[in-house]
Amino acid sequence: MITVGVEQLAGQAVFAEMDAADLARLASAARPVAFPVGRRLFEEGCAADRFWIVQDGLVALDLHLPGRGTLIVETLGRGAIIGWSWLFPPYRWRFGAVATRPVQALEFDARLVRFIWARDPRLAHKLTLRFAEVVVDRLQATRMRLLDLYGDAAEVRWRA
Amino acid sequence: MARMRPVPYRVVERRRETRDTVTLALEPVAARIAEPSPGQFTMMYAWGVGEVPVSVSGGGAKPRVEQTVRAVGAVTRALCGARPGEMLGLRGPFGVGWGLDEVQGFDLILAAGGIGLAPLRSVVLRALADPRRYGRIVLLVGARTPADLLYPDELERWRRCGVHVEVTVDRAAAGWTGHVGLITSLIDLVDADPARAAAFVCGPEIMMRLTARALVERGVPPHRVRLSLERNMRCGVGWCGHCQLGPLLLCRDGPVVPYERAEPLMAVKEL
Ligand SMILES: Cc1cc2nc3c(=O)[nH]c(=O)nc-3n(C[C@H](O)[C@H](O)[C@H](O)COP(=O)(O)OP(=O)(O)OC[C@H]3O[C@@H](n4cnc5c(N)ncnc54)[C@H](O)[C@@H]3O)c2cc1C
Repeated sequence: MITVGVEQLAGQAVFAEMDAADLARLASAARPVAFPVGRRLFEEGCAADRFWIVQDGLVALDLHLPGRGTLIVETLGRGAIIGWSWLFPPYRWRFGAVATRPVQALEFDARLVRFIWARDPRLAHKLTLRFAEVVVDRLQATRMRLLDLYGDAAEVRWRA
Repeated sequence: MARMRPVPYRVVERRRETRDTVTLALEPVAARIAEPSPGQFTMMYAWGVGEVPVSVSGGGAKPRVEQTVRAVGAVTRALCGARPGEMLGLRGPFGVGWGLDEVQGFDLILAAGGIGLAPLRSVVLRALADPRRYGRIVLLVGARTPADLLYPDELERWRRCGVHVEVTVDRAAAGWTGHVGLITSLIDLVDADPARAAAFVCGPEIMMRLTARALVERGVPPHRVRLSLERNMRCGVGWCGHCQLGPLLLCRDGPVVPYERAEPLMAVKEL
């Protein structure tokens, strides 16, 4: 199996400035993966037992709406973390995810990472803060989209 | 005083861009306004309705002026309704433009939100007319939905001409396979050297603030990040004070302002 080096993890923003011993333990739960366009990473409702850091390409988070088809909620590219449903019970995906451009990523075995966290509260604390930062950034971006910045010119009509 | 009198122009072409936006190509009936540079605007007059500032979105053959208008109120609605053959008035061109000549040799990062793509279209057209003068051209576009995207055919053409175009929408429609998210999420995809880049940003003010900050964080020098601050204007020549932003009269000192000057002013609620 191809393994992931400590230096590869050190290059990811979420793990920046973590010490080598911690990174080595996380690296033991990681492997490089590639997904062609159209390959589904996970389905809504299924067990959340992995997560990814995208190194290249684009992943769409999507949701199936009865009567409206599958809608993309957000896309995530280089440097993004895909998936945090593995962090909290019931460990089930809330959205689906699919590669919309060829993806290179680091895939983590979430069960193994949870196991490492459970045995090392210091590392767990550090990682919880890092992941919280990612979640907050995504929440802020979602709030900005809710502002509907490019606004609707309400009831616009002119001579057709 | 000549700059206060609208010059008659005839609509020679009207292209419907989206549900609420059209591009008008205008040609002078007799006298003409001076040739606008990218980033400048005209005061467009719909006879009997009123006059509003609108950026120049392109030119084409010399006396022709192209302007892209989104219908949001009485005047813009009248402008959008103008048909080929009808007359409108133009004053200008006003304001300082993007300063494209000052950034020769640099990579260009253009970030547009919504109707903000209009004044950047003129930059792309000018740069593509003489691409050796610039490094890479990167165009980042944010739109509300895929149906609100301006100039979709031209975006394809620009891609074929070597422009790196990335588009993101706030809300996807079924079948959309591109980016969904804030325009700032596109900045990491930019394949340009930030230290050797100039960035021009136009869109809603919050979008410009976030985008400019992200560009500076990635290494584009603040004086080479320029924003088009499109606050409401009346006279166009710095007399009436309608467009005052702190020490700036934006119709005269703007609308394009370097981020290092704009940033402290944009953060003040009262301005
Ligand atoms: C330098 C400059 C360049 C511009 N370039 C373009 C352009 O290329 N294409 C285009 O469609 N519009 C452009 N605008 C905006 C345009 O001038 C306004 O939409 C127009 O003045 C609205 O007039 P109205 O009578 O149609 O609507 P109003 O009844 O005056 O306004 C309708 C709604 O639009 C809002 N609004 C008015 N002016 C602005 C503004 N400047 N920015 C944001 N919201 C505004 C009002 O608050 C109101 O909610 C530009 C503005 C400036 C200052």
